Amino acid sequence: MLSLLFILLAASFFTGIVVRTKSIASGRKGPGIFQPVKDVVRLFKKGAVYSETSSFVFRIAPTIYFSSVFVAMLIVPFGSSKGLISFNGDFIFFAYVLALGKFFSIIGALDTGSSFEGMGASREALFSMFAEPAFFILMGSLALMTGHTSFQEIFTTLHLGSSITYALGVLAASVFLMIAMIENSRMPIDDPKTHLELTMIHEVMILDNSGFDLGLILTAGYLKFALYGAIIFNLFSGSIAVGYAIPLFFAMQAFLAVVVGIIESFMARSRMNHNAQFIVVLSSVALLIFFGALMVSGKFI
Amino acid sequence: MNFVWGFLLIPLLAICVLPFLSMKGKAIAVYAVISSIAILTGTLAFQGLAGQNFALELPGSLISGSIELRVDALSAWFILIIDFTFLTGGFYGLFYMKAYADQPTNLTLHSILFILLHASLVSLCAIQNSIAFLVAWEIMALSAFLCVIFEHEKVATIRAGINFLIQSHISILFLMLGFIWVASQTGSYDFSAIHSYSMTHPGALSLMLFLFFFIGFAIKAGFVPFHTWLPYAHPAAPAPISGIMSGVLIKIGIFGILRMLLLIDLDYTVVGIVILILSIISGVYGVMLAILQHNLKRLLAYHSIENIGIIGIGIGLGCIGLGTNHPVLCSLGFAGALLHTLNHSLFKSLLFFTAGNVYQATHTLDIEKLGGLVKKMPQTAILFLLASLAICGLPPFNGFISEFILYTGLFSWLQQTQITSLIGIIVTVSGLVLIGGLALICFTKAFGVVFLGNPRHVFHQEIKEVPFFQLLPLYFIAAFIVLIGMFPTVFLEMLIMPVQLFTGLHQLPFTSFRGNGLEVLASVSQAGWCLVALVLLLLGIRKLVLRKRNVTVLPTWNCGYTAPTAKIQYTASSFVKSYSKLFGMLFLIFKKEKEVEGIFPTVAHLETRPYDKIEKWLIDTPTTNLRVFLGRFRFVQNGRLQFYILYGILFIVSVISIPILYDTVKQFVEFLKEL
Repeated sequence: MLSLLFILLAASFFTGIVVRTKSIASGRKGPGIFQPVKDVVRLFKKGAVYSETSSFVFRIAPTIYFSSVFVAMLIVPFGSSKGLISFNGDFIFFAYVLALGKFFSIIGALDTGSSFEGMGASREALFSMFAEPAFFILMGSLALMTGHTSFQEIFTTLHLGSSITYALGVLAASVFLMIAMIENSRMPIDDPKTHLELTMIHEVMILDNSGFDLGLILTAGYLKFALYGAIIFNLFSGSIAVGYAIPLFFAMQAFLAVVVGIIESFMARSRMNHNAQFIVVLSSVALLIFFGALMVSGKFI
Repeated sequence: MNFVWGFLLIPLLAICVLPFLSMKGKAIAVYAVISSIAILTGTLAFQGLAGQNFALELPGSLISGSIELRVDALSAWFILIIDFTFLTGGFYGLFYMKAYADQPTNLTLHSILFILLHASLVSLCAIQNSIAFLVAWEIMALSAFLCVIFEHEKVATIRAGINFLIQSHISILFLMLGFIWVASQTGSYDFSAIHSYSMTHPGALSLMLFLFFFIGFAIKAGFVPFHTWLPYAHPAAPAPISGIMSGVLIKIGIFGILRMLLLIDLDYTVVGIVILILSIISGVYGVMLAILQHNLKRLLAYHSIENIGIIGIGIGLGCIGLGTNHPVLCSLGFAGALLHTLNHSLFKSLLFFTAGNVYQATHTLDIEKLGGLVKKMPQTAILFLLASLAICGLPPFNGFISEFILYTGLFSWLQQTQITSLIGIIVTVSGLVLIGGLALICFTKAFGVVFLGNPRHVFHQEIKEVPFFQLLPLYFIAAFIVLIGMFPTVFLEMLIMPVQLFTGLHQLPFTSFRGNGLEVLASVSQAGWCLVALVLLLLGIRKLVLRKRNVTVLPTWNCGYTAPTAKIQYTASSFVKSYSKLFGMLFLIFKKEKEVEGIFPTVAHLETRPYDKIEKWLIDTPTTNLRVFLGRFRFVQNGRLQFYILYGILFIVSVISIPILYDTVKQFVEFLKEL
């Protein structure tokens, strides 16, 4: 219950901070940090324009996409307080429910019959396929280290004691951050601010969405960032008392948002055909963590 | 006893009567027979699942010895799957086959074979005698072959049929060798002889025996590299038959493997590892090739290979659990495999039936020519979408449940093992995840290109939805897909008895899935409900919000380009272009290309045809080599009568002289010995 509240709160400023960091880095003043929320509210008030090619799939896809992200959010715990949904192996459900959302966003894009959106859909399907193994290997290693298989139990029993575990924690955090960047179609996979449809992935998929639907898709994006931010926070929070954990949580989210903003400001987007390699590298880093986990748990002979 | 007579007489009578009935009469008769077989065997199967095994000893013949029929929990599970698929597939077929009403004789043969196929498949699950088993197996193989070549006027169909016929006989060859091996050692054709043989010959001999059976059954199931018949046979057959083939025919191979695991006493760890490796390869390879296919049914056929891989992963994990005395892994592995067998039979038959609807409406299965069907055939589209979601293993549908069980098994194994098995776990998990991700690419492509966007081709006939009664069985299957996804625990209860058969092999403690890591399935289904409720709630809000707003319909955004055509849409090939480029070295893609040339370019074209590398290595190259070798003896068959008479004389002379020669040599040798 706590996590739901805090993630929602964090989602309201996360993207705003990213945008603000980027504008400061490029020497502009930039909009306020709640501008993204205001954008969404404006969109919710608008009417909608639908493509005449599209069918009911296009109309329900954003809703299902948003719901999948929302349900995934319910799974993420906050420190030792469980998420609303929590069971052994909930991270499997987490990954698969996000995949359900992806399925719908892809077919929603294909429903418009636009070649641009088809292109974005094709890339999204391929890149998200590559990112999945990294997540599972990482969660598998954490499960190995702690002996549990639910988010909440893994994170509360994860003790970062020795220097190896700290190294692993940092590696894991960076993998989660990169997965978050891929999931949100950010640098270096995708550039949300590009002006050429040919180089977009996520933005080009939602070219035809408008009004309420676009609002849902954007909100889902904000939630996704805060979601992964919360997971990264949990990685380090361990069993900190709630009183300290709450400010720490928001500080961490803000810090991550700044990091994302800095990454986006100083890093160029990879060439489209290098993206796959980049994501596979992520899986190998996850494998590295797995072997580290083996060492920590003393199963490396 | 009465039961067996009923089971044998009903189909026989029907077969005799069918040719004399009218079209409508035939349809009713076929369905009546299918349902009566289903009711007869289904009641036994339900008893079997409840723990009351049905067993009966038939006198049999002098050669075969007495034939035992037994329906235990494992048989019962498969019988129920077979019956359900035949009931829905048969009903669907009644309407699908109407299009061929101008071929009454062909239809008569087809309906007779359909009944035979059902009867033989069901009896295969119960027979406990190798000779009777082989006879039923042969009836099954032949009737399936004849069902496949229904449209025998097409060359491709006949070719696919013969490919299937030959490969299913290679499978029979391996089974026969296995059965003869046991019979020659023990003198009995009863299945219990296999068990007693393996008990007295542990180690390598039992393993060899199992491998014979495994190859035989794996050809039928479609494990890589024995899968090459599948992508030909499935598209060639009429849709009800493709659905049944993929739904249950290949599952009889899985049944065979499971049955042999029960009978042969083995080093289960070794077998488990072998099956696991083969299954991961099958799963990943199947889906990787599926993505490239342009023929809708061929794409689905490759997906069957993938799903056989997932089932195999379950069996492999179960065996390893059995070998290492790990009750949780063992029970979850086998439970996952058995549940996925049911799940796959549901969503795959649904996919094939909806593909059949598409074929009936458009007369093509080439997905590059389809598009925009969702507006013409909305119900088919929704059913196809549902099955696609289920086959990708997405919550809250049934595919997710079986994959979740497998994951739970894997992660329970994680806690108590050493490094080698840990690497195995990571490979298996990555394999399963990759299969899921690739399936997502494949089915977004299939659904998106076939049903969404604008039509890519102008058809001369009007495209319309199939009649309601043809859709009725499909809704029934869809309901089961949702039910298993929403109430998995109900179906899991039914799996306790079959799984106990396996855990009982090593007396592993297992009485229910409670305390087994699977009580979480209740929470999984609750999370699924949560998702559905949220979607419905949001859709409601969306409707309310949009009611007051201004909603307009305009052309798709084209970057300001004002004259878009359907041709500028992304095609299936372009959707998977970056994928096929990345994994290019794994595939064999034939390309015919004429590039644009000159200042005033004329026609250019590009044609690609994906091909299977394993098929090339394993089937094509050996057959060409064999052909070349045998071609050297072609001079023998020169068409001159004189030579043929000479061969005849040579044959007679050798038949007479060889024994004489043998005797002389023998006498001479004995003479030498006496010296």
